[in-house]
Amino acid sequence: MKHLLSTQDLSATDAIRILDTAEEMAAVGEREVKKLPALRGRTVVNLFFEDSTRTRISFEAAAKRLSADVINFAAKGSSVSKGESLKDTAQTLAAIGADAVVIRHWASGAPHRLAATDWIDAAVINAGDGTHEHPTQALLDAFTMRRHWARLHGTESQGTDLSGMRVAIAGDVLHSRVARSNVWLLRTLGADVTLVAPPTLLPIGVEEWPCKVSYNLDETLQAGVDSMMMLRVQGERMNASFFPSTREYSRRWGFDDTRLRALDELGLKDTIIMHPGPMNRGLEISSAAADSPRSTVLDQVRNGVSVRMAALYLLLSGDTREAVPASAQPGATTQSTKESH
Amino acid sequence: MAENTYLIRGAAILGGDAEDLLIHDGVIAARGNGAATHEAAADATVIEAAGLVALPGMVDIHTHLREPGREDAETVETGTRAAALGGYTAVHAMANSNPVADTAGVVEQVHSLGRASGWVDVRPVGAVTVGLAGEQLAELGAMADSRAQVRVFSDDGICVHDPVLMRRALEYVKAFDGVVAQHAQEPRLTAGAQMNEGAVSAVLGLGGWPAVAEESIIARDVLLAQHVGSRLHVCHVSTAGSVEIIRWAKSRGIDVTAEVTPHHLLLTDELVRSYDPVYKVNPPLRTETDVLALREALADSTIDVIGTDHAPHPSEHKECEWAQAAMGMTGLETALSVVQETMIETGLMGWADFARVTSTVPARIGRLEDQGRPLEAGEPANIILVDPAARWTVDPYKMATMGRNSPFKGRELPGAVIATFFKGHPTVLDGKLNAPYRHPETASAVSGN
Repeated sequence: MKHLLSTQDLSATDAIRILDTAEEMAAVGEREVKKLPALRGRTVVNLFFEDSTRTRISFEAAAKRLSADVINFAAKGSSVSKGESLKDTAQTLAAIGADAVVIRHWASGAPHRLAATDWIDAAVINAGDGTHEHPTQALLDAFTMRRHWARLHGTESQGTDLSGMRVAIAGDVLHSRVARSNVWLLRTLGADVTLVAPPTLLPIGVEEWPCKVSYNLDETLQAGVDSMMMLRVQGERMNASFFPSTREYSRRWGFDDTRLRALDELGLKDTIIMHPGPMNRGLEISSAAADSPRSTVLDQVRNGVSVRMAALYLLLSGDTREAVPASAQPGATTQSTKESH
Repeated sequence: MAENTYLIRGAAILGGDAEDLLIHDGVIAARGNGAATHEAAADATVIEAAGLVALPGMVDIHTHLREPGREDAETVETGTRAAALGGYTAVHAMANSNPVADTAGVVEQVHSLGRASGWVDVRPVGAVTVGLAGEQLAELGAMADSRAQVRVFSDDGICVHDPVLMRRALEYVKAFDGVVAQHAQEPRLTAGAQMNEGAVSAVLGLGGWPAVAEESIIARDVLLAQHVGSRLHVCHVSTAGSVEIIRWAKSRGIDVTAEVTPHHLLLTDELVRSYDPVYKVNPPLRTETDVLALREALADSTIDVIGTDHAPHPSEHKECEWAQAAMGMTGLETALSVVQETMIETGLMGWADFARVTSTVPARIGRLEDQGRPLEAGEPANIILVDPAARWTVDPYKMATMGRNSPFKGRELPGAVIATFFKGHPTVLDGKLNAPYRHPETASAVSGN
């Protein structure tokens, strides 16, 4: 595996290998000395063109636990804000000797550009690009769900997938990179995914995705859900007429106290409530739901470090590179490109 | 041998039977059996054209030459060299230069740059509104009356979206037989648009440019053209729905013409999956269904002409993130080959149809009197010779245009322009630039220096 750009091309085998490796990394995190020498002497650059303290410190902790040297490059307040191009930035990092670039960018596809061009030869990890993908978020969500699902079935997580798990993802799917990465990955792992959103916040073309689509959160809950994932909704969307008001949004698509009680009434005692954070309490999720024993919000944060350790380890430890099939390579998207004649 | 006399031996005229053509003093002196025995033929340079197709010089209704203002992207000189190599003898230079071509002064500047270059006729397009701002009509009459003789007006790149302004522009240009060439793009429906809105944009997370944003403007404009009895031209039609609306308008007798670009006849939005901005263009690459509808529409004359929308950009505007990249593709040097690949090799068209959509009709839309003429004795000698059996691999770095942004890079295409005659003078010979035509007044000006 050379890069981690998207979950769409990730095979079930690769996905499970990352999750299994993350389980081993999680064990490290429970030790008194939370550190492995695996990436000693390697340099990981966190290249952030968009503020995201949470994701950045998660990657930073992951790289440091693997003994890598970490450079944080925040594009705001740097030469980038003075007009330096992505190409020049990438070439600069290459000259400094970066072995991996963890990139967060407001433009969809920016990590693909780093991986596909000859600007830099480092491993590229997509830490969220525009409204495209956020693969490590989906992997940490899957990791969290898999532990829960394995526990319910009385098995170890290692080697298992999410077959039969019913996952609902509710919120602003249109603008969500988390939703996209989750749909592809959860489907690959065998889960049944339902997206719940107002029609204005679903992309044209969603009907071709490998999931169900619902406009009604209550009906979705009634049909049975094992994992309920709420997406962050930006209040600004209201001004662009995606929905009439935040109150109406909350009533129809928010996970409020009534819906929290409904889980009990529906006999869904093992259903977990997930959120990638940061949460808008009172908008897409009520405080009672966010703080309930069902909530896995803090588990997700904790698991994020393990999953990112696994991704860095698998990308940067040379002996496993060849084990990943060509479909995970960046060129695969262009190869599958269809042309009309 | 006389410099102004060429005997073309055995070219398939419009793809038909092999015949001779004698070019003398800027006109076709003879065609067929009489050409070789014509008195002027004695001194002629003979060009053996067996296996080649003779066609009227191509006329591009939609070219961006970038001068004045963006000479780092293209100049009139480099753009018209590219045009000659691509088989063109006339191009319409779009108005979105800097300063905008919205005054007689700017269109005359572009016109004289074109005459000084001498590779093709350069016909400036005048802006519809001052500064392309969509607020106030530019001095359309002054541009029409200028030495540039502007007949095509367009805010291309920006839609004349105000319905009242569009109505007035359509009405006003009737006074001098002008035409408004509309860039059909509803601005509110395309705020932040990055690519075609559909299955691919949903996955890629790029802002959608919905087909309806084009179709709704075309529907409005054909009705406006009907209402005020004007001539409307629709730039770069890109969707199957637009085709249906134009077909309907033509069936009602509305005076509308439409163009399609070569890239919209071949490429689809699947290419955007690479996030390579060389595929970023406006209107965006659409779907396979749209591509097939556009080909069919061109074959049945619902779409009248090919327009390249040749849009060179400096490399730094493409070597970046998709969202940051400029929209546009080069096209002058690949248009013939792409149209051959998509329309002729598919059996949808013959070379006579090719001449209609690349020369005859675009010349008529632009009111170019000595372009797009039949290849007959007495007609102006704007002629190209094409080797339809040639195959070549596109290399943007070998092109005459300054733009390296060809979406066909690395692709093998059929058909090569072997020679281009502009006013009887070979601007291209053996597939290479020969020498520009010297207009009489330019020649004397040069000798006077």
